[in-house]
Amino acid sequence: MNDFASLATPPTQHIGVTRSLSIAMLGSGGSGVMTAGGQLLDAAGQAGWYGMMTRSSGPQIRGGEAAALLRLSPKPVETHKGRFDILLAIDWLNADRFVGEIILDSNSIVIGDQGGTVPEAISRMGGRYVELPLSELAKGISGGRPNMVALGALAHLIGLPIDALEAVLTKSLSKKGQEAVDASMAGVRAGAEQASAVPDIPDFKVEANAKQERWSITGNEAAGLGAIRGGVRFVAAYPITPGTEILEWLAPNLKKVGGVLVQAEDELASINQLIGGSFGGTPSLTATSGPGLALMIESIGLAVASETPVVVVDVMRGGPSTGIPTKSEQSDLNIAIYGLHGDAPHIVVAPMSIGDCLFTTQWATHLAETLQTASIVLSDQSLGQTRALIDRPADIAFVSGGRSITSRSEDFKRYAVNDSGVSPMSIPGTVGCQYTADGLEHSPTGTPSSRAEDHIQQLNKRKRKLDQFDYGDHWALTEGEGEIAVLTWGSSTGPVSEAIDMLRAEGYKVRLISMRLLLPAQPQRLAQALQGVERTLIVEQCHGAQFHHYLRAHYDLPGEIRSMAIPGPLMIRPDDVYSELKAWENA
Amino acid sequence: MEMANTCPSLKAKDYKSGTKPVWCPGCGDYSVLLAITKAMAEMSLSPENVALVSGIGCSSRLPAYLNVYGFHAVHGRALPVATGLKVSRPDLTVLAAGGDGDGFSIGGNHFMHACRRNVDMTYIVMDNQVYGMTKGQASPTTDPDWDKSKLTPGGTKINPYYPLVIALASGANFIARASSTDPNGAAKVLVDAMQHPGFSFVHMLSPCVTFRPEQKDWKKMVRAAPVEPTTDPAVAAKRLMTDDNFFLGTLYKGNRAPYQPELKTSVEHISELEKGFIL
Repeated sequence: MNDFASLATPPTQHIGVTRSLSIAMLGSGGSGVMTAGGQLLDAAGQAGWYGMMTRSSGPQIRGGEAAALLRLSPKPVETHKGRFDILLAIDWLNADRFVGEIILDSNSIVIGDQGGTVPEAISRMGGRYVELPLSELAKGISGGRPNMVALGALAHLIGLPIDALEAVLTKSLSKKGQEAVDASMAGVRAGAEQASAVPDIPDFKVEANAKQERWSITGNEAAGLGAIRGGVRFVAAYPITPGTEILEWLAPNLKKVGGVLVQAEDELASINQLIGGSFGGTPSLTATSGPGLALMIESIGLAVASETPVVVVDVMRGGPSTGIPTKSEQSDLNIAIYGLHGDAPHIVVAPMSIGDCLFTTQWATHLAETLQTASIVLSDQSLGQTRALIDRPADIAFVSGGRSITSRSEDFKRYAVNDSGVSPMSIPGTVGCQYTADGLEHSPTGTPSSRAEDHIQQLNKRKRKLDQFDYGDHWALTEGEGEIAVLTWGSSTGPVSEAIDMLRAEGYKVRLISMRLLLPAQPQRLAQALQGVERTLIVEQCHGAQFHHYLRAHYDLPGEIRSMAIPGPLMIRPDDVYSELKAWENA
Repeated sequence: MEMANTCPSLKAKDYKSGTKPVWCPGCGDYSVLLAITKAMAEMSLSPENVALVSGIGCSSRLPAYLNVYGFHAVHGRALPVATGLKVSRPDLTVLAAGGDGDGFSIGGNHFMHACRRNVDMTYIVMDNQVYGMTKGQASPTTDPDWDKSKLTPGGTKINPYYPLVIALASGANFIARASSTDPNGAAKVLVDAMQHPGFSFVHMLSPCVTFRPEQKDWKKMVRAAPVEPTTDPAVAAKRLMTDDNFFLGTLYKGNRAPYQPELKTSVEHISELEKGFIL
């Protein structure tokens, strides 16, 4: 049989330039699909592949149904296809709820445990069903578990070398001892053997890639590392899904570099602790999600007015209110840009890939420090909680110049009005440069003032320092040429980029513009990037088309404009963007 | 950075910035400002190594009147700002100050958790049982039958909050009361508070002559507590529960270790943190 997708022979009916294999592992809570999925991903990385894994589960913390969604490829991947080549279920409890997320067709293969019943919602999508005795084989092994048998079966099907799995299992089970490794490997071998014994299942053989250093990292971990690379040494935060992993990674790692993380009593406390830490001279950051950002907004304004650098990473989730905590959406753009009361110029940036969470967080820290203001980083659940295999991100060093005063200065004025708009900033301990930072409008010395002259001077100064700064090429990713452009941001960049690759493979010329710097707006740069463009599709994962409206408010957009604004919780897929562009082309 | 640990030559007035306060004539806060400068002079603190953080309200205007580093934050958030500053800069002497509305109403949750966290700093709440800056509304410490506010015409009808009891129950390591009517006594209590490790709470009676003119009588009502500070929370609990709100002095001195994470680098280079990501 030749009708299964494989890396060696990509399916032709799905036009994809990125040759890849999509695998879903399904099971009830505790069945170990997340563990096995993570191990499969890391082993694929060991074998020289790229890939990604998304954890999908309901709002319950333990139990319920969970799915590990993997995509493996010889090239870096940043998005799921939607369609899956292989679905393996350790059990089928509540599997129905993944129907919208895991799409199968007649070329898919569905693997279930012996004696199980595939739910109708799954089986009606098509695909060939194969039973394997997952639990029975596990029972025959001391300490054996069905998820390891499943892992072995999958490894065999995709042609993943068993020694890559052994290396990963040995590392991940090192604390549990050799016995645990042996039991898991026995399961893996049994699963592989069983898969090879089933008639008519083709091998998914893969060409070996050149092995090189590869990282296995989530966007949340990458943001944490970016913070430390950016100089952050104080973090105060309140746990919230899906941002907590940033904090969990930072807590032990900040300690190693002489910093500290404080778990605050609420988000009001965390943002204000940052302001205190930063006032003391320590670059400070917090991570949160939409509800937390909403609580912090008043004091983000304080950071802007008092010109105290702070960084807030918002890992966006479905909103409004409590919304859908475990699913992604790009619907906090409005609050990040417009949420502050008064005229409060600040920085809003967004990472456009999992690896870019590192750079963008580091850059946001640099901008906050250099411009003495608040930076909001808009990551989201899909970037934050997806694990990807990536090449090591480059080291980038910025030269910060925000805190300029380190010794006595006779004419020190904390809020001095100058050309750059960036005033000298002293830190406590500096003799003769004491001042009071204030959220009240103030004179250049910091004395509270309601005079019109002081207000306009300080408003101008706070705006000028952001407007005049040279953000360089980091403001956006711009690539390609032609009269069609897709304008997007954040995690939508992955599917958009892949859709454009598909179109280019058909001979179309399409430009991709993904904006990393959202505030302050860069109208001249975007105008230049859109020169000669006649049609622009604006893509975002947001029901209210917030990005589209933001663009309309701040930029002149040439030619015809179409908005593709789709809410969560389902991710935008490359095929969706591809179809939208094709439909427009043919209209 | 030039650093000096103490400045023995400074007098109390040297800790003032010279900015004229916005307070009404006769406001108790003038005397609190005086007491703070006296305490700083008594301890020979170098102004550049001291930071005073406040929230919003009449008394929260205090930082601008001092010659130390100051932060006039938003309403209710003096304690988190001070916490972040002290935890990341343990070398500084950190004080937080504000009023009863700022500290016990909008900032009430932070008060409880600051007591519990026990960071080494001193929190001065100037209590006048009224919101002065918004022109005279009931605060959490206002008596239930005080009916002079248009917002609560028949009185609040809810019992006031007992900050000292809350402080003890939440874990404050030092609890004292002082009064603006006795700046020298207040200065002594403040020195005691700043010298005691951990979170020190000073309940500072400071009359509002504008909206609570009857508080002018407080000077006749305050008196030194007839007891020594106790280290026993159970004794302190009884003392504070039966307190009539006018006993002055240090009432409780705990011996809990302050919260101060060690800020010490253990890796040569940041790239060592990347090891966990490498396959």
